[in-house]
Amino acid sequence: MEVLKSDSLPIRTSEDMVSVRTSVRKFATELRFGIVDQTKIVTAASEIARNTLDYGRGGDLRMEALSNGTKRGLRLIFTDRGPGIRDIERALTDGFTSGNGMGLGLGGTRRLMDEFEIASKVNEGTTVTITKWSR
Amino acid sequence: MEHIPILRMGSFLLITVQVDMHDRLALQLQDDLTERIVQHGSHGVLIDISALEVVDSFIGRMLGNIASMSRVLDAQTVVVGMRPAVAITLVELGMSLPGIRTALTVERGMEILRGDVENSMQELEAEEPERAADGSSEV
Amino acid sequence: MSTSRIPEILRKHEAALLDDWTREQNQLGDISHRLSEADLRAQSRRFLQLLQEAATRGDAADTDTEAFREVRRFLEEVSASRAALGFSPSETATFVFSFKQPLFNQIRASLPSAEDQLAEIWTATLLLDKLGLYTMETYQKTRESIIARQQEEMLELSTPVVKLWDGVLALPIIGTLDSSRTQTIMENLLEKIVETGSELAIIDITGVPTVDTLTAQHLLKTVTAARLMGAECIISGIRPQIAQTIVHLGVELGDIITKASLADAFRIAMQRTGHVVVRKAATSRL
Repeated sequence: MEVLKSDSLPIRTSEDMVSVRTSVRKFATELRFGIVDQTKIVTAASEIARNTLDYGRGGDLRMEALSNGTKRGLRLIFTDRGPGIRDIERALTDGFTSGNGMGLGLGGTRRLMDEFEIASKVNEGTTVTITKWSR
Repeated sequence: MEHIPILRMGSFLLITVQVDMHDRLALQLQDDLTERIVQHGSHGVLIDISALEVVDSFIGRMLGNIASMSRVLDAQTVVVGMRPAVAITLVELGMSLPGIRTALTVERGMEILRGDVENSMQELEAEEPERAADGSSEV
Repeated sequence: MSTSRIPEILRKHEAALLDDWTREQNQLGDISHRLSEADLRAQSRRFLQLLQEAATRGDAADTDTEAFREVRRFLEEVSASRAALGFSPSETATFVFSFKQPLFNQIRASLPSAEDQLAEIWTATLLLDKLGLYTMETYQKTRESIIARQQEEMLELSTPVVKLWDGVLALPIIGTLDSSRTQTIMENLLEKIVETGSELAIIDITGVPTVDTLTAQHLLKTVTAARLMGAECIISGIRPQIAQTIVHLGVELGDIITKASLADAFRIAMQRTGHVVVRKAATSRL
């Protein structure tokens, strides 16, 4: 697997979320994802970015344009140094909420992407890695 | 402070969302809208989201909230112009926006609202039924 | 910089190598009906030139470097054109592999010491093996992209959305529904709903042999997505076995309108759009 291009963005304010969506859309367009997949990727990015902002007390997004020979892919890595998630399995079930009405976030996002990884340590932070491959 | 414009058309309010909303702007819209419904005694709210390329769970919930709040204030809400890619994504995300009425275009949304108002007028035998029926617009 | 003697050998004996190689290629198999002798010779000469330049500039054993970019690009062209001309993978790779014999001969003739000969022949083997494999890979990729394009074209052709009436679309699905085909079909339908402003769409699955859980869920998702856009779907043509499967699989169809036949669905669609279908009294024309 080869990284064709990468970029990083801060997620500190609610305005940053708008630039996350714009930049992710740009990457997805460059990788020639169809309109539906583009929308799924940008929506997934928006969901995770909001978690990073609200529960991780802000963090960063790294975007990677990938190629594995036959398929193109977009990988998004969200990192925060927040309180971490105690029970990841439970956080992934639909309807789970940890405050102001978030519930569909993680489980729903997983369905929008092809790969979904989450690593978290209590009091150290959370890293969510999501990837979508061209069809 | 930025606001999303709310147009008044007769007894209806029309909102055309044309920018990618950040969360505060979306919350501001809820406040503005409920105020305007009460101020004008509006019976219907039309939200045109045909320009929106992304509707995430936050915006989805906001649409649901607007519909519920409007209902409490005796106004019907119709969301119009959702793009296919957005609709597919929302379904995949697990949000089917129950309780929100939808239409393909602003015209169809207007017809639905007019139909509603006519029905409720007939039921209530309101004082000025022709006002809602002619649908003339004033901004 | 390369310490190998190969670049020097390629440069000095270019003409002889080209002759030997062309002869070698002709001996290995008759390809003259697909590629003329002149074209083959031109291709071979071009390859020799590029190889010599690359080996002079870079390390002769490392073909992934910048120095070999032109060589790689040329081999891509060769294998793509051969794939299109109907060459088999081994016929395509033979282009590179057949150069081994002439080059080995030339190495043996040019270097006096057996030790040097061995070392250079080893380097040449590595070099040509890598380039040969690269040609195979590119050939494979070209074929894959041809197949992928054909699949896409087939998907598009196999999903016509037809207009039945003002505001009423029909999507007759024929053949097995796998996950990716269902996705394409459904996206296509939703696009057409917007394009035509149709509030009703009939999805007819008479021509679908079986429905599994995933397909049923895709159908459900489409109906839900259409509702979000302000349109309603009717599913028709549900055959008895499929009805049984749906129930056995525990798929909840909710309040989705289902009809046994397209005709029944059309009748509902006409009602919904405010039309009444009446039969005229028999006229002399009938």
